[in-house]
Amino acid sequence: MSLMTEITILVLAAFVGFEVISKVPTTLHTPLMSQTNAIHGIVMLGGLIVVGYANDPLEYVIGTIAIAFGAINIVGGFMVTDRMLGMFSKKPKPKAEADGKGGG
Amino acid sequence: MLQAVLQPGGDAATALYIVAFSLFIIGIKRGTHPTTAKQGNLVAAVGMAIAVVTTLLLDGIGNWGLIALGLGVGTAVGVIASVRVQMTEMPQMVALYNGVGGGAVALIAWAEIRHGISEIDHGTIASIPLDTLIPILFAAVVGSVSFWGSNIAFAKLQDLIPTKPLAVPGQQVINAVLLIGILAGCVSIAVGNDDPSQLTFIAILIGAGLLGNLVVLPIGGADMPVVISLLNAFTGLSAAAAGFALDNVALIVAGTLVGSSGTILTMEMATAMNRSVANVLFAGFGGAPSGGGGGSTEERPHVSIGAQDAAIKLAYADTVVIVPGYGLAVAQAQHAIKEVGDELEKRGVTVNYAIHPVAGRMPGHMNVLLAEADVPYEQLKEMEEINPEMPRTDVAVIVGANDVTNPAAKNDPDSPIAGMPIIEVDQAQQVIVIKRSLSPGFAGIDNDLFYEANTSMLFDDAKKAAADIAAEIQNL
Repeated sequence: MSLMTEITILVLAAFVGFEVISKVPTTLHTPLMSQTNAIHGIVMLGGLIVVGYANDPLEYVIGTIAIAFGAINIVGGFMVTDRMLGMFSKKPKPKAEADGKGGG
Repeated sequence: MLQAVLQPGGDAATALYIVAFSLFIIGIKRGTHPTTAKQGNLVAAVGMAIAVVTTLLLDGIGNWGLIALGLGVGTAVGVIASVRVQMTEMPQMVALYNGVGGGAVALIAWAEIRHGISEIDHGTIASIPLDTLIPILFAAVVGSVSFWGSNIAFAKLQDLIPTKPLAVPGQQVINAVLLIGILAGCVSIAVGNDDPSQLTFIAILIGAGLLGNLVVLPIGGADMPVVISLLNAFTGLSAAAAGFALDNVALIVAGTLVGSSGTILTMEMATAMNRSVANVLFAGFGGAPSGGGGGSTEERPHVSIGAQDAAIKLAYADTVVIVPGYGLAVAQAQHAIKEVGDELEKRGVTVNYAIHPVAGRMPGHMNVLLAEADVPYEQLKEMEEINPEMPRTDVAVIVGANDVTNPAAKNDPDSPIAGMPIIEVDQAQQVIVIKRSLSPGFAGIDNDLFYEANTSMLFDDAKKAAADIAAEIQNL
């Protein structure tokens, strides 16, 4: 890919990002953040590539740590986001009312 | 072995990466509503799985033992952390995730420059092309700043180091010198790209790490929402830069999405505090005015009530707005306050929760805490939504919040928080403030609200007070 193609992609992605993310309500900003943490875990791809071409102990170590860091982001990020969003979605209105009646 | 199926940079691999980042965007788009957000998160996770599998199938991927080790350790840590973390601790967790993300990028940049140097040594290439080298340097600096800055943010949030702004004499000068040194190092590597010095590169990593530490250290606890968001944006940008260095479209798009998200949140947080990002970063809060405000020892007249009086006021109201602040999170009072809300609703009182954008320690933190306590999201109202309702509100209950309700922000142009948008509880018919004492909040200024005629103070721990009030309402 040429540098200019890459810059084009970057600029368009920035516009898409701003457009989509500015519609996320304040209520969901914490899950948004942990989800973007998870998406950031894509850097693990870099770690995989590094370990592939590594040819001395230091590079093995660097690459493996980068993979582990990326995996923490991906797994931890998506899982904790799922846990949080479960708290938001587990109470649709009718059920909430039913619960209230049951309690009273 | 399944390896070497796809060519790096080949059409098939790129096509799969495009699928992956499209799923990220769809996932975030679904995150705009609480009912679809969970599904959106899953969509994004599928995108990630596609991106990872695609990479594992690339020609040149090897050393499966190390890959398994890294994946295994990272997955184990991620699973344990995400299952165990308390919702009050989410800011720490995000700070940590920001940190490891930035750290991974810095490490990859280091490996890339070593790779380039070894290729030059072997005569494969004459020099590292600048369109690879500059992104590597950018990724290294920003990644290292994020890693070390996030570690300090984590330590502050976890109370490992004081959350108060720590002033180091000559701080600005030190930071400026560090920054100039880092830039000089980058320029020297870029100019000598036919023989880049790894030592200079390591010095840049260390310098950027120091800078990250020094920038975050002086920032006070109340400014953490801005800092976390900013570090989030930084990690995103560093990932995009790594994408340039590795010619990987998935990294570029994903990194840019994270960067946009962090930037938007940073700006929203700063606006909600009526401060510029530069002001948050380079000026510890308050300074002079805090001394003056805290110094006035004379007791001003105020009305103090007990749980029973508060319960009566609430139970006979038509509409109640609960305004939670970080004090609620500290006291773990979210479940107790939800009890109060439930008791009131049983009596036919309309209950809403007013959430200031910077309530809590990170964007949207208070919403998560209340959602954890099963408060339906329909009752969580944003500041702009609830303020017009305030004059029609019978009782506003403030739990562990202070500065975000201070009318001085509107009325006193000389106040340090002048112009900061507030939840206008002073417009409500009656106000009950649950608080340990009359002490000022983070901004270090007195809150005139406490001394208004229609304000009653209930001095107690938020959790205990809420539990007492709920019990009293039940007994009415």
